[in-house]
Amino acid sequence: MTDLTINGIEISVEDGTTILDAASKIGVTIPTLCHLQGHEPLGACRICVVEVEGARSLMPSCATPVTRGMVVKTNTRKVREARKLIVDLLLSEHEGNCQFCDRSNDCELEKIASSIGISKPLYAGEKPEARFDYTTKALIRDTGKCIKCRRCITACNEIQAVGALFPQNRGFETVIGPAFTSDLADVQCVQCGQCAAVCPVGAIIERSNIDDVWEAIDNPGKHVVVQTAPAIRAALGECFDYEPGTLVTGKMITALRSLGFDAVFDTNFAADLTIIEEGNELLTRLKKKLVNGEDIALPMFTSCSPGWINYAEYFHPDYLNNISSCKSPQQMFGAVAKTYYAQKQGIDPADIVVVSVMPCTAKKYEAARDEMADSGFTDVDYVLTTRELGKMIKSTGIDFRSLPDGVMDNPLGVSSGAADIFANTGGVMEAAIRTVYELVTGRELPFENLHLTPVAGLKGFKEASLTIEGTVPAWSFLEGVEVKVAVAHGLSNAAEVFRRLEEDPGRYHFVEVMSCPGGCIGGGGQPRFTDDSVRLKRINAIYAEDEGKPIRKSHMNPMITQIYEEFLIEPLGEKSHHLLHTHYAKK
Amino acid sequence: MVDAQIPTREPTDEEITKQTEIIVGELIGRKGALIPILQTLQELFGYLPETALKRTGELMKISYSEVAGVVSFYKYFSIVPRGKYLIRVCLGTSCYVRGGKEVLESLKNNLGIDIDETTEDRLFSLKVGRCFGACGLAPVIMINDDIYRRVKPSKVGEILQSYRVQEDTDD
Ligand code: SF4
Ligand code: SF4
Ligand code: SF4
Ligand code: FES
Repeated sequence: MTDLTINGIEISVEDGTTILDAASKIGVTIPTLCHLQGHEPLGACRICVVEVEGARSLMPSCATPVTRGMVVKTNTRKVREARKLIVDLLLSEHEGNCQFCDRSNDCELEKIASSIGISKPLYAGEKPEARFDYTTKALIRDTGKCIKCRRCITACNEIQAVGALFPQNRGFETVIGPAFTSDLADVQCVQCGQCAAVCPVGAIIERSNIDDVWEAIDNPGKHVVVQTAPAIRAALGECFDYEPGTLVTGKMITALRSLGFDAVFDTNFAADLTIIEEGNELLTRLKKKLVNGEDIALPMFTSCSPGWINYAEYFHPDYLNNISSCKSPQQMFGAVAKTYYAQKQGIDPADIVVVSVMPCTAKKYEAARDEMADSGFTDVDYVLTTRELGKMIKSTGIDFRSLPDGVMDNPLGVSSGAADIFANTGGVMEAAIRTVYELVTGRELPFENLHLTPVAGLKGFKEASLTIEGTVPAWSFLEGVEVKVAVAHGLSNAAEVFRRLEEDPGRYHFVEVMSCPGGCIGGGGQPRFTDDSVRLKRINAIYAEDEGKPIRKSHMNPMITQIYEEFLIEPLGEKSHHLLHTHYAKK
Repeated sequence: MVDAQIPTREPTDEEITKQTEIIVGELIGRKGALIPILQTLQELFGYLPETALKRTGELMKISYSEVAGVVSFYKYFSIVPRGKYLIRVCLGTSCYVRGGKEVLESLKNNLGIDIDETTEDRLFSLKVGRCFGACGLAPVIMINDDIYRRVKPSKVGEILQSYRVQEDTDD
């Protein structure tokens, strides 16, 4: 432990703690712009400077570890003036107009500027030429607003191991972006939006579909249905100043209804459907391999995360046959809404507009993939991020916090707890195992609260195994088989899966990959700012939602039974193949 | 700076890939291998073709954007092919004050390209240079190894024409 004094308060912190973290322990918040929790400090912005007794110059607190007897002051005149100068310089190069900026309510630069007491830039500096990038469905870049903090580079390179962003050119001409200042579509960007999630300013944002959605709602000829991903209910509250991890499912439903959607449904329903299709696909693959000795691709990878699909298509095309052919729940929902639901309601699918609310920017891209229209109609028309929904609700003046709780509509609003946990890393795996185990043994998964604890939590890469015993006759070939699984979140951890598979191709049967750290609860479209403590709170909220449901297993969802009886006939059947499954291609 | 050899024809993508693999293979073990690799590639091709840069990234397990970041950091590297004739305009102090800038403008207009670009017919590339040591006779331009002194903006067309004619008779 190291003893030191900060602003006259004596504290003792673990060796190696930075001044920044030590200060936060006593409730002193030091402003930061480039720092990202859990990553090597860059020391790029220097907004976090503090005075250290005996040091010749101000020290960046994010990059300076404490030493014994250190005396730190975080709020001296010298510190204030230094910070003011930094913000002044940043603003002098900043080509942005807060009034028209997407970030005007949660911009870190604007916040720091106003807390320091800067109302307008002191220097009218020369501004670098702004470059706009509208080349992807998911994101918009505006380099004029970029303050070159490099957080997005850390996200894209270290968390995602994609490497789409890097500093280009040098000096005043530096641009943070794709190769040779080109556009995101020119490089192998997976559109995950983790860069947009960490950007302190409005330089990378999601491509908004708010106007499209209003237009659909305002069109009396359209029947506009909305689906919300499981991760939204545990995060939307943050847009309305709730503590992270507050479940707002009921208020969210009421808010959606008052926005004017004709029906409020749940992506969860489609998540249950996914489990039935994907679980059966896994069992079929295992049977083909173990019983028939066919050369079938194993392990099977999950397919619900479009950023991950992109990643595999760009970087690991050899494994495309290993990815489950199941569409993601978002797309399954759309396909079912424009066929089964349309028929049931007697509405022409051409008049149905499917809107999704997703924690994800890559979902915007996924919805626009050409092949996602097997029914003859685009599965999903518009995708809003959690942040965009928050904005829409605010724009109507609805007082979210005082809304009564609502419930989802039938039939596409009914779901099990297994569907909720799709939002968490390890959740799709757990949901699948709950159903597959019961299918194969006739017994419930013998774990406390049905949780597959070894694959839960924030560790980036997780493995587990489960020996199957007491099989029912149909699945007796699995008797005694040790089913091995792995779970990775954050694409740099997917790279780890491939590394291990190269050493031992038979290492796993089933692998879950989620693009974003923590799974969808940490998606690129979630309210800012998402750090590990926020991720954990959302994860716990999702588990609470699951445990609070009367039905915890996808195959027990009565509406799933009904859709197979009335429409799909059987898992992996002809209709399923046509509507709910897809294919991937090398890019 | 090593002046690249002007290739008689453009290498195909396969040739570029193959050469890149050889060069990266030879140099990859060294510390800070990327810059020597890029230098060698530029010497070979006269510039850094996209195919070569992408393959280099793949082989070194770094992204194309990162390779590009390094390439664009140094003025030495060029990602546009070099023309048969490299025109360098001196913008040292003497040349600058004695009309170097006007000569540059005239060259740009005549060639229809900007600094660091190459004409579509791959005949001329335009660069600005530091002092060539001929200040007494400013402004000075160099076209490959030929030095032109006391160049007037109005004479630029004539000078360029002599290369174009030569090219026609060569063919
Ligand atoms: S990025 Fe921030 S400071 Fe810049 S215009 Fe937007 S809100 Fe204003
Ligand atoms: S969306 Fe993801 S892959 Fe694309 S630049 Fe941002 S972090 Fe990188
Ligand atoms: S785009 Fe945003 S995160 Fe990236 S360097 Fe610029 S300001 Fe920082
Ligand atoms: S936050 Fe410390 S230098 Fe940027």
